[in-house]
Amino acid sequence: MKPVFTYSEGMERVETSYCPGCTHGIAHRLIVETLIENGELGNAIGVCPIGCSVQAHKFMHVDMCEAAHGRAPAVASGIRRVHPDKPVFTYQGDGDLASIGMGEIIHAASRGERFTTFFINNGIYGMTGGQMAPTTLIGQRSTTSQDGRTVEANGMPIRVAELIAAVDGAAYVERVALDSPAHIRQAKRAVQKAFAVQKMGVGFTMIEFISSCPTNWGLSPVEALGWIKEKMIPYYPLGVKKDITAQNVQEEEA
Amino acid sequence: MTKKFRVELIKDRCKGCELCTSVCSRHLLKMDTHLNHKGYASVTIENMDACIGCINCALICPDGAIEIFQLEEGDKE
Repeated sequence: MKPVFTYSEGMERVETSYCPGCTHGIAHRLIVETLIENGELGNAIGVCPIGCSVQAHKFMHVDMCEAAHGRAPAVASGIRRVHPDKPVFTYQGDGDLASIGMGEIIHAASRGERFTTFFINNGIYGMTGGQMAPTTLIGQRSTTSQDGRTVEANGMPIRVAELIAAVDGAAYVERVALDSPAHIRQAKRAVQKAFAVQKMGVGFTMIEFISSCPTNWGLSPVEALGWIKEKMIPYYPLGVKKDITAQNVQEEEA
Repeated sequence: MTKKFRVELIKDRCKGCELCTSVCSRHLLKMDTHLNHKGYASVTIENMDACIGCINCALICPDGAIEIFQLEEGDKE
């Protein structure tokens, strides 16, 4: 029998702590698959966040270290400077990156640190029980916005990919979604591109994954994917937000 | 000869989220009434011969519970 799809060797053969239908498992798999394809699984160093993926080091067969809440970019900056030949990445959720860690991520991008951030945007605080995040949509209910988020009280949700793309040190920023097989294939290409740009050493790279949280959204896993398509993608448009390697090619051609 | 595929469902990894059943392009995946050791109704496949190997189910499975192989000549079905 010829294997067409087998579970990545880069994933540990343990039970993940994620709820049924949580797309964290897909994002983990795309990262380790890419590292294996690049022959870098044993070389790579990751930094875990605080959040549901706090135990990501137990699930991905990659050397990882833990950072304080939101501080993964600062830790990864140090690791990448000490190990300039190794692929370094952070794996962060929206409560971690877009809220308490907003300062770290912007400054890391601004310094053009040569690591990759994988940002999981599910619009809610998952681990702590479904509180409102900076990325919670207008009208979305959470335990701290029980009648729905309002602009007057809470402002608009932050579009992190566009924000980071506006920073000079960022080299490659793309937003992808994990709601359908086609989008997952696109997400894999984005991860490959991010590691390739990181290797070129031209600046900071970030991939934002639009992800689901069926448990805290109060939806079934299948309904949650539908909600991503109907509600999240219209507000968080997918696509490449910045690619300085493409700009260089255009300038050379011109 | 049309290609034939074998879908390996690792039922003990399955958490019964049903994402695979929603993306199967031939609607072959169904939920089992039998519960696995975690207490989730795991996924099962009807009529494996109709599988076209699109791997949609394996791509979307967050828990690595689905592996797909293409049968070659001489393989037992």
